[in-house]
Amino acid sequence: MSAPAGLPPRPPAAMYPAGPAASREAAAAEGGAPRCHNGPVQSPMQFPAGYGSHPPNYSAPSGHYSQVPSKAVSPHVDNQYGASYHSSYYSAPAQNVMAPSVGPNVLNTRESQQFYHKPPHAAGPAEGPVQGAIPPAPYLHTSAPQSYSAFGNHYSTSVSSSVASQGFPLNSDHYALPVVSSAVYPNVSYPPAATGSMYGQAFTSQSLPAAGQFKETNMLSSPSTSVPHSLQQHVPVGYNSTLSTVSSAQPVQDNLSRNLTGSVAKVNNQINTGGVESLQPVHSASQSVQFTKPGVGTSASPAVISSARTSASGLSSQPRSSPSVTQPPESALQEAIDSSSTTSSASPVLNNYDALEGGGYPETRSVTSSPVPAPAAPQTSKTSKPFGYGYPALQPGYQNTAPPTPVQQPSNPGHHPGFQHYPQQYPGVNQLSSSLGGLSLQHSQQPEGLRPVNLTQDRNILPVSSVPAPVPNLNSDLRKLNCSPDSFRCTLTNIPQTQALLNKAKLPLGLLLHPFRDLTQLPVITSSTIVRCRSCRTYINPFVSFIDQRRWKCNLCYRVNDVPEEFMYNPLTRSYGEPHKRPEVQNSTVEFIASSDYMLRPPQPAVYLFVLDVSHNAVEAGYLTILCNSLLENLDKLPGDSRTRIGFITFDSTVHFYNLQEGLSQPQMLIVSDIDDIFLPTPDSLLVNLHESKELIKDLLNAFPNMFTNTRETHSALGPALQAAFKLMSPTGGRISVFQTQLPSLGAGLLHSREDPNQRSSTKVVQHLGPATDFYKKLALDCSGQQIAVDLFLLSSQYSDLASLACMSKYSAGCIYYYPSFHHIHNPAQAEKLQKDLKRYLTRKIGFEAVMRIRCTKGLSIHTFHGNFFVRSTDLLSLANVNPDAGFAVQMSIEESLADTSLVCFQTALLYTSSKGERRIRVHTLCLPVVNSLADVYAGADVQAVVCLLANMAVDRSVSSSLSDARDALVNAVVDSLSAYMSTASNLQQSMLIAPNSLKLFPLYVLALLKQKAFRTGTSTRLDDRVYAMCQIKSQPLIHLMKMIHPNLYRIDKLTDESTIHVNDRVVPQPPLQKLSAEKLTREGAFLMDCGSAFYIWIGKNCDNNFIKDVLGYPNYASVPQKMTQLPEVVALSSERTRSFIAWLRDNRPLSPVLQVIKDENPAKTEFFQHLIEDRTEAAFSYYEFLLHIQQQICK
Amino acid sequence: MESVVFIFALIDCCALIFLAVYFIITLSDLECDYINARSCCSKLNKWVIPEVIGHAVVTVLMLISLHWFIFLLNLPIATWNIYRFIMVPSGNMGVFDPTEIHNRGQLKSHMKEAMIKLGFHLLCFFMYLYSMILALIND
Repeated sequence: MSAPAGLPPRPPAAMYPAGPAASREAAAAEGGAPRCHNGPVQSPMQFPAGYGSHPPNYSAPSGHYSQVPSKAVSPHVDNQYGASYHSSYYSAPAQNVMAPSVGPNVLNTRESQQFYHKPPHAAGPAEGPVQGAIPPAPYLHTSAPQSYSAFGNHYSTSVSSSVASQGFPLNSDHYALPVVSSAVYPNVSYPPAATGSMYGQAFTSQSLPAAGQFKETNMLSSPSTSVPHSLQQHVPVGYNSTLSTVSSAQPVQDNLSRNLTGSVAKVNNQINTGGVESLQPVHSASQSVQFTKPGVGTSASPAVISSARTSASGLSSQPRSSPSVTQPPESALQEAIDSSSTTSSASPVLNNYDALEGGGYPETRSVTSSPVPAPAAPQTSKTSKPFGYGYPALQPGYQNTAPPTPVQQPSNPGHHPGFQHYPQQYPGVNQLSSSLGGLSLQHSQQPEGLRPVNLTQDRNILPVSSVPAPVPNLNSDLRKLNCSPDSFRCTLTNIPQTQALLNKAKLPLGLLLHPFRDLTQLPVITSSTIVRCRSCRTYINPFVSFIDQRRWKCNLCYRVNDVPEEFMYNPLTRSYGEPHKRPEVQNSTVEFIASSDYMLRPPQPAVYLFVLDVSHNAVEAGYLTILCNSLLENLDKLPGDSRTRIGFITFDSTVHFYNLQEGLSQPQMLIVSDIDDIFLPTPDSLLVNLHESKELIKDLLNAFPNMFTNTRETHSALGPALQAAFKLMSPTGGRISVFQTQLPSLGAGLLHSREDPNQRSSTKVVQHLGPATDFYKKLALDCSGQQIAVDLFLLSSQYSDLASLACMSKYSAGCIYYYPSFHHIHNPAQAEKLQKDLKRYLTRKIGFEAVMRIRCTKGLSIHTFHGNFFVRSTDLLSLANVNPDAGFAVQMSIEESLADTSLVCFQTALLYTSSKGERRIRVHTLCLPVVNSLADVYAGADVQAVVCLLANMAVDRSVSSSLSDARDALVNAVVDSLSAYMSTASNLQQSMLIAPNSLKLFPLYVLALLKQKAFRTGTSTRLDDRVYAMCQIKSQPLIHLMKMIHPNLYRIDKLTDESTIHVNDRVVPQPPLQKLSAEKLTREGAFLMDCGSAFYIWIGKNCDNNFIKDVLGYPNYASVPQKMTQLPEVVALSSERTRSFIAWLRDNRPLSPVLQVIKDENPAKTEFFQHLIEDRTEAAFSYYEFLLHIQQQICK
Repeated sequence: MESVVFIFALIDCCALIFLAVYFIITLSDLECDYINARSCCSKLNKWVIPEVIGHAVVTVLMLISLHWFIFLLNLPIATWNIYRFIMVPSGNMGVFDPTEIHNRGQLKSHMKEAMIKLGFHLLCFFMYLYSMILALIND
């Protein structure tokens, strides 16, 4: 990149003026001083020859770019590119004007080569028709339609095909705009200096290595396991698999869908046994999953047809292969494969957070995604790509003004994730399939999500493996770009058009977020300008539409914004004039490195303060040893940089501070006994630099466990200790970790026992679910204001009023851990859990002084938030700390009708300071379709998300109203929604209890909720346990919450190699999910229950002795000890299988669960049996009774 | 004597009107993000008790001066004020709780409540004014 380097530097242009809503992410900071400029560029005109002379010819800037020496230029492809590029902009027949030798994009040249000139590498059979139908020549020098279609393979088939089949009528009314803009462009210069200097820095500092990688991945000839390579390899594989399943897919859809999961698993196996070294398994797996879904019939048929057809249909056949190729594994089904491949892939996937800058990943993504054309659809060209990145399409901007083409929904009754998008993508399919007859399924069949399920008769409703998240009914293009359901889920993947429709459906509308989750692949963008909408401050995302090259239309507020000059240049491909190819527009989850505009103060250092209870009770419980050992082990792994600071406060009836000033020979303990008016004994050196005072800190940690062994002090002055901690931390902000073992009994914030043990199993009123005092809430709000989060570890054997104490974490965005009846010797399971939790807690990523904002498309509004945070203003969540295990939920309402749009988008932006002192913004964007019929709403319901949101709402209800109200509301939610569904489906027999397939698990999950610790009545439940369960419901992300609500049960004594998956050279068996019912527990078996935070292995009395010997390491059932928390490493096949299965389950979650082996006499047995929610207990319905109850309620 | 009662009621009513307007302005400030929830709620909570007392005084005054109609008119709102104040959960920071004001449309309902009170007090204002003038003429 010598050319840009040699050019004069230029200040960053195109800062946005502060919009009216200046108080976005960082209230004052983000708004900044308006640094407005007129038009896209301010610099003087520096036209390269030929630029201005062809006003409509947009190839000029690229010609300009070809001056850059390091550009690889391959003329014939450039020619093609340029032509199509141009034509797609202006749709003018005169575009052959452009210079043939411009090479704007290395990437594209390579790709187009790969696609059109290297048949052996081309993407499988689908490619055949294209090549056969169209001779290569038309791609290169042609008139508009052909160059369109050629180009379409890369970017916008929607345009190309609409043009090809219909000519220009669709676009004709948009002609005015491009013309205007092209008239403007000549006045605008594209000085090399601008982009050169802008990105010159970026290249030298960050993206240079990445660029190297990019080249590598782009080398088609290279035999390495780069992405394009695997891409080509596995397309045929996937395709073959498709075709092979076609024949079996043709029979009735019902059969198909029942066999669905099974066949998916099988295909997975086939593929995964193939090899794990490259990315291939991911893609091929996702692909195969997609294809084995019932849509196979439809998806395959056009492929067959297209081979006999002309270029247009040939083109439309191609997307079928490529979207699946590049589609990131979305469904939960593939989580396993996902994780396996990301850990083992040799492609430039950067796991390291900091190494990601410059974006190795986005490149691979852009490589894989660029060849994916938009679906071709003459009728739906308007709707099929409404918010796509392909600005050549021109039309997206008109999405709102033009009435939504009714074509999309009516022609698209398909709602099963597998095949729903095909009709949308290829309305041509309708004709094709009718001509072929019988290949198309979607006309005669109901969508999978709506398939009626008779709940009272169908007993096996649980899927074989985990429940996948429904895939929104979008075209494959948008779906591929859409946010992963792990971080962002909506309860309804089809958003109803109006509030009235939503009310009719009786389902809650809301989002479940896991925004800061640990990601293995995250594009990080370093750019001087972060492109955002001027009025609503939305970050640019894959679902915006580019009206033309210089303007984009916000997908949330529909404002038209300018594309800033820097954004025109793509640092990844090093090409100019392709804003739609930037990683921001290619990935729905991105992270920006924020500039100083996003700071209110310099980024804070990582500061950790530990506030430890050292009263008699605490010493007795013995947590100090575990904590100190954990801290000593992980002291170097605490996230932070050279500025990291740490401090300790201990308290009993007095508060003790520790002077750890560097240079002291040993830590100094300072005792403050005036707890009514707490003060800091010394202004500094209580919080010390971790690296400078490391020896002292280690001394202190070694001394702690024995320092208080003889204490007689039973009182606990938690309140004053917290006040002191707040005073100590308020100048910097950071994290306070509080360890408490009893009810605070002294000073401010003292609490009294409110629990009446006789009321524990009461079926009537459960009181005291709310806090007793506002002290902790006030403290939390003070802390939140100073960017301090308080994390609470409650290790108590008696009632400690968690309802009140939890407030300190709830509103300061902390987290809560509770270890009932903790004792380091008597309760080894809890001790082990604390140890594991601490390891994760101390080493996990952390974000400081964070704020999160959730934006949604105009017409939707968020009215309630769930999670641990403080809502500072209408949609701004203040998070003093954010951790990767925190989940959030919001409820939404539809304020205005969404009739004039076909898609809605949600965007969360999380602005935080990383532990390295960098200000970063993580942005997730989710895009969902809007529907206008009730059936569609049901078809798109995401039952897990619905249940999690309902659980959150029920917690609120039980605190603000009463527990029985909350329980009634949960039951009513099922009754209402099922009766609403049954009334819409008129052909159903009213005497049966019918649910749509998408909601078939709804009654089961709600019953599970009713039997959950948080909401159960009749069973003895300690108040703290109940409150803790409620806290967890509020703050856990969906995946963990679902395990808590409905644990997974597996039979593990007969693990076979059937349906195994391979992870890191380990064979992981995949036993099927069992119903949570004692009828499944046979005395001959051994069962594993995965409750999220705990694993239980239940062993039947007559369990095979071989299993006990091999897996548990004991000769027979009688000799298995009562408290067993680990499986021995025995060299035996069954032991290996079991251990690898458990290890695999553990790998999938942040908190390593504790394993407990349960024999019949074990006290933990009740715990285990309480989770068998389908069975009847003395106080609650069995599942079947519950169904009858619902039916009765519906019939009323 | 009666005129004194109504003059006092009139002044009290003016204060309540101002208070209602203040509530509306502060809440709409919060709605527009001009102030944060914490400061909004602490501002408003300060005035909850004066409002309750101010309204209770007028109501009681009407009772002892035997103006049944006005008393009965005031009674529901005064009762609601007191009920709302008493029913605040022990963990909340007052009638307006910063952690909950953005949830479940509380902000909107507070706003609506303030609007209704404003309307009611305006009505009362003219009633007191009329009664006062009547009483002054009668004297």
